[in-house]
Amino acid sequence: MNQEDRLNYWKKNLRYLLVLLSIWFVSSFVLGIILVDYLDGVKKTAEGVVQDPDSFFHGFRLGGFKLGFWIAQQGAIYIFLGIIAVYVWLMNKLDKEFNIEEKEFTSSDH
Amino acid sequence: MNVQIWTYLIVGITFALYIGIAIKARAGSTKEFYVAGGGVSPLANGLATAADWMSAASFLGMAGIISFNGRDGSVYLMGWTGGYVLLALLLAPYLRKFGKFTVPDFVGDRYYSQTARIIAVICALFISFTYVAGQMRGVGIVFSRFLQVDITWGVIIGMAIVFLYAVLGGMKGITYTQVAQYCVLIFAFSVPAIYISIMLTGNAIPQLGFGSDLVDEPGLSLLDKLDGLSTELGFDEYTTGKKDTIDTFFITMALMVGTAGLPHVIVRFFTVPKVSDARKSGLYALFFIAILYTMAPAISAFARTNLLDTIPNTNYNKAPEWFKKWETAGLIAWKDKNGDGKIQYTKGKPFGNNSQGKFKPEFLHNKDGEFIREKDGQIALANPVNSGKNELYIDKDIIVLANPEIAGLPDWVIALVAAGGLAAALSTAAGLLLVISTSVAHDLIKKSINPNISEKGELYAARLAAVGAVIIAGYFGVNPPDYVAAVVALAFGLAAASFFPILILGIFSKTINKEGAITGMVLGLSSTLAYIIYFKFINVDANIPENWFFGISPEGFGTIGMILNFFVTITISKFTPKPPQEVQDMVENIRYPGDSKTQIKD
Repeated sequence: MNQEDRLNYWKKNLRYLLVLLSIWFVSSFVLGIILVDYLDGVKKTAEGVVQDPDSFFHGFRLGGFKLGFWIAQQGAIYIFLGIIAVYVWLMNKLDKEFNIEEKEFTSSDH
Repeated sequence: MNVQIWTYLIVGITFALYIGIAIKARAGSTKEFYVAGGGVSPLANGLATAADWMSAASFLGMAGIISFNGRDGSVYLMGWTGGYVLLALLLAPYLRKFGKFTVPDFVGDRYYSQTARIIAVICALFISFTYVAGQMRGVGIVFSRFLQVDITWGVIIGMAIVFLYAVLGGMKGITYTQVAQYCVLIFAFSVPAIYISIMLTGNAIPQLGFGSDLVDEPGLSLLDKLDGLSTELGFDEYTTGKKDTIDTFFITMALMVGTAGLPHVIVRFFTVPKVSDARKSGLYALFFIAILYTMAPAISAFARTNLLDTIPNTNYNKAPEWFKKWETAGLIAWKDKNGDGKIQYTKGKPFGNNSQGKFKPEFLHNKDGEFIREKDGQIALANPVNSGKNELYIDKDIIVLANPEIAGLPDWVIALVAAGGLAAALSTAAGLLLVISTSVAHDLIKKSINPNISEKGELYAARLAAVGAVIIAGYFGVNPPDYVAAVVALAFGLAAASFFPILILGIFSKTINKEGAITGMVLGLSSTLAYIIYFKFINVDANIPENWFFGISPEGFGTIGMILNFFVTITISKFTPKPPQEVQDMVENIRYPGDSKTQIKD
C-alpha cells in the first residue's frame, strides 16, 4: 500500500463515519429526544404536557403508535442496526478495493 | 408438577449445561484465558457480547422501569443500544487491529506511559467491581424469590457456578457459556412476551403487538387504551414524557458513551481473529441485544395495561392469587386508607418511608414471626400513613418477575423466567470478573510489577485473581452496600468520562500525547466522581433540578466529564511535545486492517 492509497483509504473511512454518525445522532438525539414531543403532536408547557394542534404530526399514527414514541422506543434501535450493517458492508468493500483484507490467521499473533 | 419443581428442574438443567461447557473449554495459555485464543467466530462473539452486556438490570429491571415511566423510559432503550454504533464504528475494529489483551494495554502503549496504564487499570477495576456487586445480588434475589432459598445461599451457589467456568476456562470458558446463556435468557424473555401479545392483541410479534388493536375491544389500540386507563386513574399519559429535554439528552449520551467505554464489553472484540470479524461482531451483538431491547417496551406496555385493567378498585379479597403471593414477598403492599376494602391505585406514594428511611414496605410481625393481618387479610404495615389517595405499593421488579402469573401463563413459563434471570446475571458477572482478573494479572503484575513472570506464573496469577474477585463480589452480593443502585450511574459516568475520549483520540489523532491524555482522564474522572458523590452520597437532599449544573442530573453528568476530557486532552497536547515516532507509526498501523507494514511487537 503506497502513501497515496493510505491517505485515500483513511479519508474515505472518515467520510463514511461522518455520514453514518450523523444519521445516528439525528435518529436518536434529534428525532427521539429534541423533536419527540412535536412528532407525538404534543408540547410541554408550564401546566404540563398538552396537545399541540399546530404540530404537523398531530393525530398522526404509525400503526397504533404516535411517531415520536415509536422512534424513541423502537425506531431508533432499528436505525442503529441499519447503520452498523451499512458500515460493515461499506468497509468490507473498501478493504477489497484497496486490497488490504486480512488473510486468515495473520494478525492474531501477538 | 408445581412451579417450584419446574424451577428446580429448568435451573438445574441450565446449570448442568454451563458446567459441562466449563469442563470442555479449559484455558491452557494466557492467550486462551484473556481472549479465548483470539479464535472466536463473529457469530459466537456477537451472542456472547449480547449476554455479557445484558445484565440482571436489563432482564429484570428495565421493562419495569419503562412500565412505570412510559415514554420517559426511552433513555435506557436508546442509551444502551446506541452505544454499540460508537463501539462498532469507532473502537472495535481499531482496538482489534492493535491486537493486545486489555483496554489498559492500549492506553499504556498508545500513551507510552506507565502512569496512564495504572490510571486505566484503576478505572477498569472500579467500574467492574461496581457492576459485579449488583449482578451477584441479582443472582441471590432470583434464588430467594423462585426457590425460597436464602439470599446468602443463592449468592454462594451463583459464586460456585461462576467460579467453575471463569476460573477454569477464563475467556474461553466464559465465551461459550455466554453463548448458551444468551439462548436461555432470550427464550425466557420471549415466551411470556409472545404469549401475552397474542392474548391481548392477537399479534404474535410483541414489537408489533403493542402498536395493534385489542382483541377484546376492536378498533381501540392497546396504547390508546393504556393512555385512557392511566389518565382515568390520575396517572400521566403513558405515551407522553415529562422528563426535561436537556437532561434526557445528557443522560442518553452518557449511557451511550459509557456503554462504548465499558472494559468488559470492549474486551470481547479482542477475541475474534480479524478486524472485519470485529466489525461483524458489533452487528451481531446489537442484533441479539435489539431482540430483547425492542421487546422490553412491549412487555412494559402489556404489563401496565393488565395491571391497570385488573387491580384498581378491586376488592382485596377478590384480588388475584399473584397479588397476595408477591405481597408476602414484599414487592406489593396495600394500605386501605379509606377503609372501603377496595384497592385504590393512583399517582403518589401510598405511605411514608420505613424505619430505615427507605421507601419500602415494612410489615408488622407477631411474636411468632408471622405477619399481622388487617381486616381484609392484607398484611399490616409499620410505615406511616400519608394523606395521598394512592393505597398501593408496587415494586418495579415485579413487571418481569410476575408478568407470566399476571397473564395466567403455565408454571413452566414462570420457571423459565427464573432461569433467564440467572443466565443474565451470571453471564455479566463472569465477563466482569474476567476484566478484574486480567487487570490484576496482566496489567498490574506482568506489565508493571514483574515483567519477567513466566507464562505459567501469569496464568496462575490470573486464576488466583479471579478467585479473589469472585469472593469479593460474593461478599458484596451478600452484604450489598446501600448505594448499589446509585453506583450504576457512577459506572457509566466514569466509563464515559475516562476511557471513551482518550480511546477515540488515541485512534483518530496521532498528535495527542501522554501529558494531554493523563490530565484529561484525571480531570474527566474526578469532576464526574465529585459531582455524583456530592449529589448521591454527601448532600442527597440537594439532589433536585434547581441545584444541578445547567439542569443536568448526576446520571447525565458523565457527558460533561467526557466533554471536559476531550477539551483538556486536545488543548494540553497542543502545547506539549508530540508523541515519539514509533507511537505515531502504531496509530498509523491500526487504521489499516490487513497491512502489517509496521507490526507492533508485544
